Amino acid sequence: MVTTRDVNSALAPNSAISQQTEYKAAPVKDFIQETLALTKRLFIQLQRRPSTLVAGIIQPFMWLVLFGALFSKAPSGLFGNDLSYAKFLAPGIIVFTAFSGALNAGLPVMFDREFGFLNRLLVAPLASRYSIVAASTVYIIALSFIQTAVIISASAILGAGLPGIVGLSAIAFIVFLIVLGVTALSLGLAFALPGHIELIAVIFVTNLPLLFASTALAPLSFMAGWLQVIASLNPLTYAIEPIRYIYGHGDWAINSIVMNTPWVGFSFSGVILVLLTFDTLVLLAIQPLLRRRFA
Amino acid sequence: MAAAVLIENLRKSYGNVQAVKDISFTVKPGEIFGLLGPNGAGKTTTIRCLCTLAKPDGGKIEVGGVNAIAFPKAARQRLGYVAQEVAIDKVLTGRELLNLQAALYHLPKGLIKDRVEQLIQVLGLTEYADQKTGNYSGGIRKRLDLAAGLLHQPEVLVLDEPTVGLDIESRMVVWKFLRELREAGTTVLITSHYLEEIDALADRLAILGKGVVIDEGTPSELKDKLGGERITLRIREFTPDEEADRAKQILQSLSFVEEVIINTAQGNSLNLIVKSGESSLSKIEQSLSDVSLPTFSLAQSRPSLDDVYLAATGQTIMDAEMAAASTRDIKKEQKQSMK
Repeated sequence: MVTTRDVNSALAPNSAISQQTEYKAAPVKDFIQETLALTKRLFIQLQRRPSTLVAGIIQPFMWLVLFGALFSKAPSGLFGNDLSYAKFLAPGIIVFTAFSGALNAGLPVMFDREFGFLNRLLVAPLASRYSIVAASTVYIIALSFIQTAVIISASAILGAGLPGIVGLSAIAFIVFLIVLGVTALSLGLAFALPGHIELIAVIFVTNLPLLFASTALAPLSFMAGWLQVIASLNPLTYAIEPIRYIYGHGDWAINSIVMNTPWVGFSFSGVILVLLTFDTLVLLAIQPLLRRRFA
Repeated sequence: MAAAVLIENLRKSYGNVQAVKDISFTVKPGEIFGLLGPNGAGKTTTIRCLCTLAKPDGGKIEVGGVNAIAFPKAARQRLGYVAQEVAIDKVLTGRELLNLQAALYHLPKGLIKDRVEQLIQVLGLTEYADQKTGNYSGGIRKRLDLAAGLLHQPEVLVLDEPTVGLDIESRMVVWKFLRELREAGTTVLITSHYLEEIDALADRLAILGKGVVIDEGTPSELKDKLGGERITLRIREFTPDEEADRAKQILQSLSFVEEVIINTAQGNSLNLIVKSGESSLSKIEQSLSDVSLPTFSLAQSRPSLDDVYLAATGQTIMDAEMAAASTRDIKKEQKQSMK
């Protein structure tokens, strides 16, 4: 270690020298700075350990191929007029994949808690500790978009067709809405539950049951009455059905009726409203959890 | 001038364990202040409260005159914190970690690159900076964490057991660095259960035991206050209680013996405080053999910080350490620290 005067000033406290690192609070700018820095960390991790992304792309691809083959001998017209199962399945897999990714969003945060890295963030004068939540959300949404793009391409090759540019934007928006709510839910759990074992247990019992209790694999009309009710309350259904409608109808519009529950039909704008409500409710619900942790 | 750190009547419990019962001390600007005590004395809990990671149950904490409990963000800005277990992201390089940390402390964008490079040089990390931190040795990790704690030029750098688990050479590097830091005007608050570390580094210290402050002062003040010289006597390797009691009575009657403490944790060895300047070893041996008690070993020394602790608690720090280690629930503590 060199000891020159210059070096000494590098070790001096703020008050002693030119105040070059003196802190001037700028809440919005600071929030953006810390969120970007934390997001960057997550992307560096992804770049150096890409296995989650690779698995996240292989898995939906296998769903497409395997479920497609499972129902390949289904009588034609069973899934609606001139709707192939590939076309029927693609929206389900898009939403389910995004949902699974979002549900796991809390895991890295939980590991940061367990390994003490979170303490490093908590002793820093963050403008708001919600930047930790914001960074994870940005990261998971970016990841979901990559997966969605791959599934849409793969489905197109498997014969599902390709929606137009407006349709694709609408799909992106719906994926965004479902990922936002579920990511927030998972992050809330990551702060509320005692450890990663418990978080994994929750993910385990939520993931597949919500898949089967949605219209991802089969339409509502195939289901037992009680399951129809559950599927009609499942947020996944509200993301799957409008995307499916876009896949099936080139001429969809904002007021097209895209899904029929046992009680009432929902238009395109109706399901968007339901998803927005879901997001709002989740964000409100996790506030007390985060506030208690971040107090 | 406001104290760099002021802690008054701090209290903190985890469940029904009172980790900190009543701790008060003051750190003056520009000094190295040591918190000495065995594991379980409340050092880490005190530090966690100071660094706003834990909310105290009662008491006052000020950093540079700022109330850290009411204004945690302002306190965080003034403090640099080097935790005992360095939590690093193994996948990042040292430089990437420093860049992240600089952004979390809101250094101006234009300044980050230079400031990170400056600290990499100061801490001798140039050849490691662009390697992944997962490959770092303990000493290099600690140096990286020192750099991270200093990026924002804190008024006070807080280090929790900075040299636990480090090899001698790395320990010397840390010591030298902390002295340089003091020369540059940064206040340093360090906890340790190593006597030599606090003795060598600290300008002033507080000795902690079981959640309270036993004594506070400069190392030489505390040692002089005890006065006299220390003699450690073992009658047998493991002395029976009644023999130790008998020897204690006999030795207490000697004119130059000021105090006799039976150290139960060390097989009932006897710790004697005697007036300085008397060549008393032979007299002690003589008076014991007069009543046909043997002498297994006899050693004389100047008082150490350990004797300060011993005088107050009847245990050496090392023994308290052992005792604490067997009653502690490390898993539970880890859980607490996650909250």
